Amino acid sequence: MSDRPIIRVQHGVKSFGKVTAVNDVSFDVRAGEIFAFLGPNGAGKTTTIKMLTTLLRPTTGSLELDGLDVTTHPMEVRKRFGVVFQDPSLDSDLTAWENMDIHGVLYHVPRQVRRERCEALLRMFELWERRDDLVKTFSGGMKRRLEIARGLLHTPKVLFLDEPTLGLDPQSRNQMWTHVRSLNQTERVTVFLTTHYMDEADRVADRIAVIDHGRIVATGSSAELKAQTGTDSLEAAFLALTGTTIRDESATAADQMRQVARVWRR
Amino acid sequence: MAVIFVLWLREIKKYLRSRVQIVASLGGPLMYLGVLGFGLGPVFRRAGEGSYLQFMAPGVIGMAVLFTAMFSGIAMLWDRQFGFLKETLVAPVPRLAIMIGRTLGGATVAVLQGALIFVVALIAGFRPVSVLAVPLAFFVIVLIAVVFAALATAIGSTIKEMQGFQMVMNFLVMPIFFLSGAIYPLQGLPRVLAALTRIDPLTYGVDGVRGLLIGSAYFGVGVDLAVLFGVGVLFVAAGAWRFSRIEA
Repeated sequence: MSDRPIIRVQHGVKSFGKVTAVNDVSFDVRAGEIFAFLGPNGAGKTTTIKMLTTLLRPTTGSLELDGLDVTTHPMEVRKRFGVVFQDPSLDSDLTAWENMDIHGVLYHVPRQVRRERCEALLRMFELWERRDDLVKTFSGGMKRRLEIARGLLHTPKVLFLDEPTLGLDPQSRNQMWTHVRSLNQTERVTVFLTTHYMDEADRVADRIAVIDHGRIVATGSSAELKAQTGTDSLEAAFLALTGTTIRDESATAADQMRQVARVWRR
Repeated sequence: MAVIFVLWLREIKKYLRSRVQIVASLGGPLMYLGVLGFGLGPVFRRAGEGSYLQFMAPGVIGMAVLFTAMFSGIAMLWDRQFGFLKETLVAPVPRLAIMIGRTLGGATVAVLQGALIFVVALIAGFRPVSVLAVPLAFFVIVLIAVVFAALATAIGSTIKEMQGFQMVMNFLVMPIFFLSGAIYPLQGLPRVLAALTRIDPLTYGVDGVRGLLIGSAYFGVGVDLAVLFGVGVLFVAAGAWRFSRIEA
């Protein structure tokens, strides 16, 4: 583990009109660690990931990945991370193999390496037998595994996982985290994940940043957060830090589409 | 180049795999060709305009190309939130390459759909005046497809909500079709309608195909080609610009 942070965010701010989704956030992620962003709904987790993955421009502040500014060097930055978004980004009308292969082309992975990596990753994620099946025939857990496998194809330095276990059953969640932890070991990839499940953060993350209302309210290991709040569980620590008020967000265009997606369940 | 190719190929694969959709999308044009073509045929003939099927086939081909091309772009809206588009947006490739790959893919699918309608029209009894003009007519069809696939990309990159889709269908796609002279001749129209048909790019597309396939163009094939080409350049530029500004 080196001392240079692989991700450095300083005074990151993102506003949408009058709403400030991320309000002056600063943190470092160390190379090789599993870093969790823990927060209630609408806390600014996804917005932060979107800024770090070059999908949104920060309103102000500086965001660096592997020493590169994400706004001024988006292409270089994109080569260095893999990402699994909250909503699926697979092509469900293509096979698992085709999804992997296109990814390899997009990331300029040479053909031979591409084949080998695709096979190794599909085997690792137990999808090899199903490689020639259309993704729309996959279960939720299989799709998530395929997305992670795809995100690793170009050997990124950082893997972003935005609520990777949302909507999965306990078995799939358990398997997911076993995979993520072993990846962190074998591929030496830094993992940046968001979740609002306390137990998951507690179980897999080396360090946790608690974010609420667009601000980071605490950072540290699970043990440190518990000590800091004088509580004996991460859940209690979380509630001590963020309060007990329920967060009611107003629905966005994406939420409305999610409703429709649920009805149509492709 | 590899990126453009692989994204283009993706659209083609998806098209060829969606057999049900191909058949379903033939419904509309077949209705126009069959019901209007044969239903209004006698009236058209009595008006001294010859065969209505002959007249309308190029219009219905234009219609199929328009609808298919526009749909490919509007699918982007869905794709951006729940699909593959986000995957391409975070990849280390220029947005322009992604836009070109997608748009060409959408345009190719539209051309294939147009070709299918052409075959159906032949079966229904449509006869082009010259076999040699058919390849040229397909060149015009390609231009129509590029024009509207690019327009669709521009729109798909701009609107954010699914409701916008209905707006686009009712206030853009349908008027483009009905104002294009696909189902009626451009001669002797009331002044307002005549002016509206002239600002509709599809008018020139249908006119060009008609000129080449049945030998009667209103504006002349040269004018049609020039207008389509100009509008195509404009729309591709607009599509590329809008696409480059997508924030997902």
